[in-house]
Amino acid sequence: MSGARSGALSTTLSGTGHRSMRDGPAGRSKRRRSFAARAQPVVVILLVALLVGVPLWLVVATAGKSQGEALTPDFSLPTEWHLFGNIAEVWDRGRVPAAFAGSMLVMVPAVFGVLLLGSMGAWVLARRSSRFFAVLYAGAISGIVLPPAVVTIVLLLRQLGLAGSAVGMIGVYMGIYMSTVVFFVTGFIRTIPVQLEEAARVDGAGPAKVFARIILPLLRPVLATATILICLYVWNDVFYAFFVIGGRIDTLPLNLFQVASAGLYLNNWHLIFTYVVVMSLPLVVVFIVAQRRIISGITSGAVK
Amino acid sequence: MAMTHGTDVDAERRAPARRMRSRRPDHRHSAQARAEKNNHPGRFLVPAFVVLGIFFFLPTVYNFVYAFTDWSGFKSEINFVGFDNFQNLASSGTLFSSLRITLVYAVLVAIFQNVFGLALAVLLERDTRLNRFARVCFFIPVVMSALAVGYIFQALLKPEGALNGVVGAVLGTDVTVAWLGSTTWTIVVVALIHAWKWMGLSMLIYLAGLKTMPEDILEAARIDGASTWKAFWAVRFPLLAPAVTFSVATALLGSMNGFDIVQATTEGGPARTTEILNIFIYRTFGQGLFAQATTMSLILFLMVVVLAFPVIRTLRKREEVL
Repeated sequence: MSGARSGALSTTLSGTGHRSMRDGPAGRSKRRRSFAARAQPVVVILLVALLVGVPLWLVVATAGKSQGEALTPDFSLPTEWHLFGNIAEVWDRGRVPAAFAGSMLVMVPAVFGVLLLGSMGAWVLARRSSRFFAVLYAGAISGIVLPPAVVTIVLLLRQLGLAGSAVGMIGVYMGIYMSTVVFFVTGFIRTIPVQLEEAARVDGAGPAKVFARIILPLLRPVLATATILICLYVWNDVFYAFFVIGGRIDTLPLNLFQVASAGLYLNNWHLIFTYVVVMSLPLVVVFIVAQRRIISGITSGAVK
Repeated sequence: MAMTHGTDVDAERRAPARRMRSRRPDHRHSAQARAEKNNHPGRFLVPAFVVLGIFFFLPTVYNFVYAFTDWSGFKSEINFVGFDNFQNLASSGTLFSSLRITLVYAVLVAIFQNVFGLALAVLLERDTRLNRFARVCFFIPVVMSALAVGYIFQALLKPEGALNGVVGAVLGTDVTVAWLGSTTWTIVVVALIHAWKWMGLSMLIYLAGLKTMPEDILEAARIDGASTWKAFWAVRFPLLAPAVTFSVATALLGSMNGFDIVQATTEGGPARTTEILNIFIYRTFGQGLFAQATTMSLILFLMVVVLAFPVIRTLRKREEVL
């Protein structure tokens, strides 16, 4: 083992690609490999069906059932599809239009704000090299690790007169995800040569113009990834929303929580899962349509 | 997080260059600093730090203040009570049991999520059409709401739920196992659910790590006669160290801050054996015991500070060995 390792690390050879590894060195391992290669698609299909297909099927099947049929959730097909009737009922009981509006009202400004302010800050943090700015940078990204103080945020917002307001919620989300944005964008800006800015500066552009005209357009890939991640977190968040705007503003997860808390008691599994379908559909559709870009965006951002 | 350290490494690497630069005459150095200052003015930082200061740092500072008061929903005045809240939580046993449960949960999630994620990444590494489709499928749970995931698994695992129905049909008897009813094993089941939801993210991180691997090293291992299995553990896995750091750190932090999945599956039960810190905070806050909730929030903060940084440092060290 150690021999293989040291050999691997000390020898540098012009490889023809690791795919050739699949043809193993010995005949016996070759046969085993090809068996593994043939089994792989079967294993993949089984795993997808079992790990993802089964739970999602339970959601869709139960969402299509009547209350009586859904009393004890199982994998059987609904004898008659009630999906649209259930959606109509949930639409009403779960106040879906208000919740959708509330979710958008909070998510859009929070994501836009945190990306803009975070990028502005990240630009300066990436370009200034003094010790003072290194300390500021450490402070700015500390929120990636540190958990937000959810309880005292409520008190603070009350003192600021922002309790239960959309502005308060937007501020809280911006505070929570600012560190993530600063971290990703600073890392990205450090790979952009300063010379690109200098060309514009020679033409007499001030810092604001350089940032808006040169830097911001170049940030598109990293901002796209950050947008997706933060939208995901904000759209699905129920914990922080519960503390800050619970009972005041409807959001989709808050109302799901409400429908489910009442519904579990009454065994309304058909309504709970109908709500899950209604709530998850926008995000899942966006994801499936844009999956190639989303996946490559996240993978290139994750490992540096 | 990991990255503060990353900049340190960068700084070390750049050190010789900087030493050379500092040998230049002083006036040039200050001129450069002035240009840096004019071209990248500090005022661009102000809005970000105002938001961070008000909505992130100030509540954290408040945590250190209000944990020592009797702030509650039952009266309007707030008085300092010293360490009473800590004492009460410690003497009732809640403090240590919540801490232990949160820790166990975080470690279990980190293990499961990374083992599943790595296994999926290795399984789906080649860029075939089927593998790309499977990657999208395994990422769907990441996109879904954690609350929804919790409800799905509650419906699957409850005594008269879907899983028992299938097992019962196969065995031909009525099966009513309470999968979420054991005071010992429920925490493991909930951690598995958490890991199921996020394994797609770990899979992507490991896939990214596998793709950026230099091929000549693998070629060398092959020529040295290493089997695929040996080559993976001796060569490829050590090279995945940065991906491991990122994925383990994300899983640990995510599960220490967990709430939705536990709330939707067990609400902290049975007998409060899955009551992680955020569930406790949510419950006591709902009862109007704000100071107690604040105290637990402070404890969560301290726990993350004490645990996360050493873990990340250790993982980073492992990267440097290479």
